[in-house]
Amino acid sequence: MSKRIDVSDLNVYYGDFLAVEGVDMVIEARSITALIGPSGCGKSTFLRTLNRMHEVIPGARVEGKAVMDGMDLYGKGVDPVEVRRQVGMVFQRPNPFPTMSIADNVLAGVKLNNRRMPRALQAETVERALSGANLWNEVKDRLDRPGSSLSGGQQQRLCIARAIAVEPQVLLMDEPCSALDPISTLAIEDLMNDLKDEYTIVIVTHNMQQAARVSDRTGFFNIAGTGKPGHLIEMDDTSVMFSSPSEKATEDYISGRFG
Amino acid sequence: MSAVTVPPKPVRRTRRLPRYVPWAVLAGSLALGALVSLLTGEVTVTGVVGFGAIVYVVAITVTSHVVEGARWAKDRLATTLVTAAFALATIPLISLVVLVVGNGVERLSWAFLNDDMVGIYGSMVEGGAFHAIIGTLLITGLASAVAIPLGLLTAIYLTEYATPGPLKRAITVLVDVMTGIPSIVAGLFAATLFMIVAGPQYKAGVIGAVALALLMTPVVVRSCEEMLRLVPNELREAAYALGVPKWLTVLKVVLRTAIAGITTGVMIAIARVIGETAPLLITVGIVANVNLNVWDGRMTTLPVYVYRQYAQGGASVDRAWAGALTLILIVMLLNLVARLVSKVFSPKGAR
Repeated sequence: MSKRIDVSDLNVYYGDFLAVEGVDMVIEARSITALIGPSGCGKSTFLRTLNRMHEVIPGARVEGKAVMDGMDLYGKGVDPVEVRRQVGMVFQRPNPFPTMSIADNVLAGVKLNNRRMPRALQAETVERALSGANLWNEVKDRLDRPGSSLSGGQQQRLCIARAIAVEPQVLLMDEPCSALDPISTLAIEDLMNDLKDEYTIVIVTHNMQQAARVSDRTGFFNIAGTGKPGHLIEMDDTSVMFSSPSEKATEDYISGRFG
Repeated sequence: MSAVTVPPKPVRRTRRLPRYVPWAVLAGSLALGALVSLLTGEVTVTGVVGFGAIVYVVAITVTSHVVEGARWAKDRLATTLVTAAFALATIPLISLVVLVVGNGVERLSWAFLNDDMVGIYGSMVEGGAFHAIIGTLLITGLASAVAIPLGLLTAIYLTEYATPGPLKRAITVLVDVMTGIPSIVAGLFAATLFMIVAGPQYKAGVIGAVALALLMTPVVVRSCEEMLRLVPNELREAAYALGVPKWLTVLKVVLRTAIAGITTGVMIAIARVIGETAPLLITVGIVANVNLNVWDGRMTTLPVYVYRQYAQGGASVDRAWAGALTLILIVMLLNLVARLVSKVFSPKGAR
C-alpha cells in the first residue's frame, strides 16, 4: 500500500523568497529515503511540500510537480486534506494532543474527522498502531491516561502510532529523534526498519550515522549562502553516498569538513 | 585548556537568621510604630501599621545585611516589598466584602429574594429584589447569548482565518477602541437605535441587552483571542498532518485545548456587564413588579435597584445593601461554575 513519489523541478517559496529551487527526486516505494544537509538548507521545507503542509504557512507556495503514483499532488482540484490523509507526518518535537488520552491520541485521525468506528475495531486499531510503534507493552495498562503523561521518547512513538493508525501510503519524518535519548532513538530506528515493509518513509535528519544506518537512499541538500535558495546537490544509494559521493560538497559535508 | 592556577573558592556556608527573627523584628517594628504614632498625636491603626512597616523595612534589611550579607539583605528587602504590595492590594477587596456582607446580611432573607416592590412605599421595611434578580439574569443572559458567540467567532476569525493585512488590523483596532467605550455611550446608542426603529414609546429589556452586548463583545473578543493564540501551532499542524480539515481542527483541537481559558475570559466579560448601571437606567428603567418579557415593558436590574433604593434613603438603604450582596453572590456563583468548567476541561498533564 506504499507509493512512490516523483518530484520534478520543484520550487518552494515563502512569499517572494525562493527557499528551495529546482528539486528533481525520485522517492522509491517501500524504502527509507534520508535527506541530509546543513541547517536552513531547506530539507524540512521540502519535506513539508510532500504532504502540502508547507502551504499552511501564510504566503507560502510551491511551483513544479510532485507526482504520487500518477496523481500530481499540486494538480488542479487536488484537496490538500486528501493528500495529507495519504501522506502522514511525524514532527521534530513530539506533539500529542494534551486534551486526549493515549488511546484517543492514537484514534485522533478517526475521531477528529468525525468518523464512526465500532468499539471493537477501535480497540483493535489502538493495539495494532501502538504495537506497530513499539509502544504497546509500555502503555497497554494505562490507555486512558493523558498522552502528555508519557516520557519524550514514548510521546514521539505515540505520535508515530497516531500517524500510522490512519494507514497512510507515505510517512514523512522531520528529525523525529533530535529531541530523544539514544535508547529511544534506537527504538524509533528499529521501528522505521519494521515499517518500511509497508510504508514509504522519508526522513530528515542531522545525524549522519542515523542516515547511514536506516536509509536506503540519501539526498544531500546544500545552500550557497544566507538568503540564497537551497538545492538538492546529489542523491544516490546510501552506501554510495557515504563511500564515494560524486560531488565534492557532499564528501566534505559527510566527512565533517564543512564550511 | 589552560592550566588552572587559582584554586576555586570553597562553597561557604552563610550564616542565616533564625526563622523567628523576621517575626520578632516585625513585632518590634510595630511597637516602635505605635510609639512614633503616639508622639505625632494619638495611636491609630493606620499610624501603627504605617510607621511600623517603614521601621520594619529598614530594620530587617539592616539586620540581614549585618548577619547574612548583602545578597540576602536584598532578598529580604524585595520579599518585604512584594508582600507589602500584596497586602495593600487585598485591603480594599476584604474591606469591600466585609462592608457589603455586614450591611447586607441583615435584610438578605428568603423573603427578600422572593418578593418584589409592588405596594412598598415610605418607611415600609418589606419588599425584595426578586424582580431585579429576574431582570438582571434575563438581560445579562440575552446580552451574553448575543455577545459570546459573536465575540468568540470574531476571535476565531482573527487568530485562525484572517491573513495579516488591513482588514485584520482594522478589526483589531476597532475592538480595542470598543473596549474603551464608556458604558453610558453604549446605553445612549441602544436607546437611540430603538427609538428610531421602534418609536419613542418602546421600552423593553432587549434595549438594555443590546447596550450590554455592545460592551461585552470586545471583552470577549480580546480574552478569547489571547487564549486561542496560546494554543501551540504544533497541535494545529499535528491535526492537519492527519488529514483533518481546518474547520474540524479549529473546533476539536484549538477550541478544545483553549476551552478552560475561554470560559474564564467569558466569565470576566459577564462579570464586567452584570454590574452595569448607567446604560440600563436610561434604556430599561425601573419598575416595581416582576416582568418576565424582555421584548416588552420596563424591567429592573440589580444595580439599578441598588441605586434607586440607596437614592431613596431611610429604610430603603438596607434594601440597597442586601441587593448589592445579592449581586456579589450571583457573580461569585458564576465564577464558581466557571472554575468547575475549566477544571473539568483543562488539559491534563503529567503534573
